[in-house]
Amino acid sequence: MTTQTARPKPVIRLGDRVFARSTLIAGSLILVALAAVAIFLIVEAIPALGADPKELKGSPSSFWTYVGPLAFGTVWAAFLALLIAVPLATGIALFISHYAPRRLAQGLAYVIDLLAAVPSVVFGLWGIKVLAPAVQPVYAWLTDNLGWFPLFAGPVSGTGRTILTVAIVLAVMILPIITAMAREVFLQTPKLHEEAALALGATRWEMVRMAVIPFGRSGLVSASILGLGRALGETMAVAMVLSPSTVISFVLLQSENPNTIASNIALNFPEAHGTGVNVLIATGLILFVITFAVNFIARAIVARRKEFSGAN
Amino acid sequence: MSTVAPIANALTAGKLPRNTPLWILLGSAVIVTGVALLMGNPSIAGIVVVSAILFVVLVYLLSLVVEGSRKAKDRLMTSLVTLAFLLALVPLISVAATTIGLGLARFDIEFFTTSMRNVTDAGGGALHAIVGTVLITLATAIISIPIGILTAIYLVEYGRGSLARWITFMVDIMIGIPSIVAGLFAYALFSLIFGPGIRLGIAGAVALSLLMIPVVVRSTEEMLKLVPNELREASLALGVPKYLTILKVVLPTSLAGIVTGSLLAVARVIGETAPLLIVAGFTQSMNYDLFSDRMMSLPLFVYSSYAQQGADPQQFLDRAWTGALTLILIVMALNLLGRLIARIFSPKLSR
Repeated sequence: MTTQTARPKPVIRLGDRVFARSTLIAGSLILVALAAVAIFLIVEAIPALGADPKELKGSPSSFWTYVGPLAFGTVWAAFLALLIAVPLATGIALFISHYAPRRLAQGLAYVIDLLAAVPSVVFGLWGIKVLAPAVQPVYAWLTDNLGWFPLFAGPVSGTGRTILTVAIVLAVMILPIITAMAREVFLQTPKLHEEAALALGATRWEMVRMAVIPFGRSGLVSASILGLGRALGETMAVAMVLSPSTVISFVLLQSENPNTIASNIALNFPEAHGTGVNVLIATGLILFVITFAVNFIARAIVARRKEFSGAN
Repeated sequence: MSTVAPIANALTAGKLPRNTPLWILLGSAVIVTGVALLMGNPSIAGIVVVSAILFVVLVYLLSLVVEGSRKAKDRLMTSLVTLAFLLALVPLISVAATTIGLGLARFDIEFFTTSMRNVTDAGGGALHAIVGTVLITLATAIISIPIGILTAIYLVEYGRGSLARWITFMVDIMIGIPSIVAGLFAYALFSLIFGPGIRLGIAGAVALSLLMIPVVVRSTEEMLKLVPNELREASLALGVPKYLTILKVVLPTSLAGIVTGSLLAVARVIGETAPLLIVAGFTQSMNYDLFSDRMMSLPLFVYSSYAQQGADPQQFLDRAWTGALTLILIVMALNLLGRLIARIFSPKLSR
């Protein structure tokens, strides 16, 4: 039952046994559920591999050429979002943990957490109504003046609903997650390290660079990867904001953008039937595998850090 | 420093006065506004951005001249870090202002008392969606909270071996499952039982449970770990069986925290759209039965009002924004309630 088997005959009552057993069942249910997710998705995805490519949208030559641009778009959008969010989140976390007045810090942290409370459909509406029109003139300026840079090549999208806009929305959505974790890690920096740096005459920034950042680096990395996982799977904001097509293209500001897996499923699932459903589930399986791997890596880093650092 | 200052103060020599950054900020704002007015097209966003850049550069240069490069770099990073925080407030304020501004247009009694049945342009409401959201979320909570709490109890009070480690790890992974994959899973599960094309409210609840259980486990686990071991030991030493110790001592002690965690978990799943889009479907009519037919929900109402606009798009957009406002208000209310409970009822143990 429990680990105290070495002691002389512990009395185990019926209630004890029932209760312990039911918690064990609940715990195992988690493993079963996760396994079930994988199994059911695989079962439903298998027919897609043998599906007639002509039935797929845009009639690609095979299932893999159908998935290719989607997988690319998913990773590319998430990567861009991460590129925007990580420096910002690091700055915000530092601000809250080391720069803001101590008394305000808690409240400021809560303000950033509020961003996480906004549902993704609302971010989608906001992206269309406010963000895309606001950034479109900037995009036009970029293509006019920096069009020689491959990423900013024209012609510019007239609506502003490009992959860069999507990346900005995604960055806003993952900002609170990364910030919250980075903040926790930065706050755990041993006080003695910080005070030692300051006592040696370091400025505040030098103290942060020498004591806080090295201590929090692995935490920051895993926070970023968790944010990446969230950005990879985000659906509604992308489905609403992006004007999609089936291309593989790194260009940021044009109206031809690669779609993401999740958004493609959301846009096509309500009308799908027959093997179309299986194909969408198969793409979902690929998304599941990608995010599973990403989260696995992040958690492995966190777990390793816990073992080594004396702080926990 | 003092009235007689014949000797330069060694502590403040080579330093900028305390209020310098403030004056530079004011100065750069004034300069940029003036230039913008002269050029004739002042947009507030542009003025703010340019004066912020000007401020950062000016402070850096001034400090470089007066205080040297190390201090200058410190000032530069301080302004950048502060700017990062202010930048994050922009989307938050913008989202709030837009949602309130546009959402109030239809924030009326009709919106909360009628469904969209037979409504083609003006009027109509989201009653069917609100009822659907309440029912689905309730079902989700009924599935997730017991499983989540029992799992957390297992992890904290019983689990020691490799199984517990695996469960902890998988809970972490589960938190990262994309919501749309949860929806696809529920669809795959229910379509194997009921045949393809199935759309049920309860299937939506199953999908949302997959997202909610790990959140409940995590927060409950944290709360149970906060219960001092002395309480458990005292209870066990009095001869109370372990399960009664947990039920009568550990759980009541951490109850407020568990309730808060569960409320926050509900707040997290109540705004989920993608899984419900997959398995609960769209409808314009009321449906009180989780186990038959499609069931609308508030996030989907927002999405479909936007995505399928009718003859008069403005009516549909107004309804979408009002739905969004309602949704945000519900999530905020849950969050506030959770934090309120945590504040009022919790820390009687430590300190």
